[in-house]
Amino acid sequence: MTEIANKLLGNIGRSTLDVLQQLRGVRSLTAEAGYWMFIAPFRSQKLKWKNTIEQMVKIGFNSMPIVLLIAFFVGLIIAMQSAYQLERFGTTIYVANLVAVSLTRELAPLLTAIIVTGRSGSAITAEIGTMKVSEEVDALQTMGLNPVRFLVVPRLLAIMIMLPCLTVIADLVGIFGGYVLAMGTLDLTSVRYIDQTISALTFRDLSSGLIKSVFFAFIIGMNGCFQGLSVRGGAEGVGKSTTRSVVVSIFLIILADVFFTFLFFSTF
Amino acid sequence: MQEPIIQIKDLVAAYGDREVLKGINLDIYPGESIAILGRSGCGKSTLLRHMIGLAQPKSGEVRIKGEDIGSMNEEERNEVLKKTGMLFQSAALFNSMTVGDNVAFPLREHTDLEESTISIMMKMKLDLVGLSGFDDFKPAELSGGMKKRAGLARALAMDPEILFCDEPSAGLDPIVGAGLDNLIRRLQKAFNMTIVVVTHEMESVYIIADRIAMLHEGRILAVGTKDELLNHPDPRVKQFLNREADDEEMDRDSYLKTIMGKDE
Ligand SMILES: Nc1ncnc2c1ncn2[C@@H]1O[C@H](COP(=O)(O)OP(=O)(O)O)[C@@H](O)[C@H]1O
Ligand SMILES: [Mg+2]
Repeated sequence: MTEIANKLLGNIGRSTLDVLQQLRGVRSLTAEAGYWMFIAPFRSQKLKWKNTIEQMVKIGFNSMPIVLLIAFFVGLIIAMQSAYQLERFGTTIYVANLVAVSLTRELAPLLTAIIVTGRSGSAITAEIGTMKVSEEVDALQTMGLNPVRFLVVPRLLAIMIMLPCLTVIADLVGIFGGYVLAMGTLDLTSVRYIDQTISALTFRDLSSGLIKSVFFAFIIGMNGCFQGLSVRGGAEGVGKSTTRSVVVSIFLIILADVFFTFLFFSTF
Repeated sequence: MQEPIIQIKDLVAAYGDREVLKGINLDIYPGESIAILGRSGCGKSTLLRHMIGLAQPKSGEVRIKGEDIGSMNEEERNEVLKKTGMLFQSAALFNSMTVGDNVAFPLREHTDLEESTISIMMKMKLDLVGLSGFDDFKPAELSGGMKKRAGLARALAMDPEILFCDEPSAGLDPIVGAGLDNLIRRLQKAFNMTIVVVTHEMESVYIIADRIAMLHEGRILAVGTKDELLNHPDPRVKQFLNREADDEEMDRDSYLKTIMGKDE
């Protein structure tokens, strides 16, 4: 009995230490990335814009089709579900409100972040992890070049620029999805639905969604790079870290979402 | 006697609590070619990583041109590293770039040279290692020996004073391996570089090295020319040089320790 208790406590202690050590690692990586992003460029060590733009294309542009598709259908689904409720009260016009507000405030940022985690967060970890195990990261260092500057910063910047852009697109396409459903099945005119959507939306709805997406992007990029750099032991290590990268990112995104939603809910 | 270009003093290196290097002392002089010889897993790569500042020693120091590389800040260390080259065991080419871009990369990042000049220099380096015409190939399209050559060209890109090589001919067939060793030796003479080669292969050592340092169980067992080592009093030196197998005797305690995974 005591043996089991001991083992259990030991495991809890070890995992706690593990998490703490990871947190320290993330903190120092964040500090270093911050240095190379905001301080070094003023000391004549320029940002790697070419790599950053490459990453923006990879992370952002190439995610567009899947984001468009999913946002459209989610807009459609929300419209359907709201119509199902609102029809009972004869107020189907409020479908426009529900679609617009729930998308911009919540669903577009969250869904886009989760899609990008699966598509690009995993790719970031796998790429950097593979470079780590094939000694490419060490090679950079022996050339006198900083791996954080060359590998982490371009990816982090790219994702922090592209995720909010993708979120805006998801907002628009999702609302269009709702519109398509409303036009097809509900007894509403096009002008009325659009008017209702515009009057329902406030700047706050849009901006709170976008602020969230910037933080989500930071989580995906930072965690993706950190997990990649901490890969140990060959191809198997890359696989493990990639899985962990996705799971941890999604978990942290949800946590952050709870936090920000609460913050916006209580302040706005 | 000349001032050493690299001085290793009481270097202790550990992974966790496990000490891999237990107090290394070694002086390396400018223009010489030294081979660090030892069996697989005895800490050769670890020693190289400490010499080039990729890892921090547990205690002791590595001085390059009199400066302790472990206590430098990053900027100072990068200045030193610009004048050194490293050929990794796996070549460590950037797989996302072409061979030409790999070689040009340090020049692009460290110099303000025109792209046309860089391209000429890149072609010259590839020519030196016998890879002219391969600039548009991706590393994945090269054989093992060609990858090492490309890695060598990249290590030479900035005209280093010191070149570190980790097992240059390991994993290659004997002819290709010997070719690479000869190439390194020729380049060393041509450019008057200091070369530190880490290897477990005697054939490599005979081709490349002026002096040999034998690494055994975390310490330097012997240093000297080939002839000096062949007459060395310690039987373990002769054993390695003559490639004799270890006697498999082991007392019960150390056997137990081995299977329990404890090193000391
Ligand atoms: N990253 C690491 N973590 C833990 N132990 C390591 C690591 N790298 C090497 N070692 C251990 O250190 C010893 C020396 O390794 P290494 O320097 O690679 O040897 P060599 O290059 O001579 O074959 C080996 O026993 C190896 O298991
Ligand atoms: Mg090795």
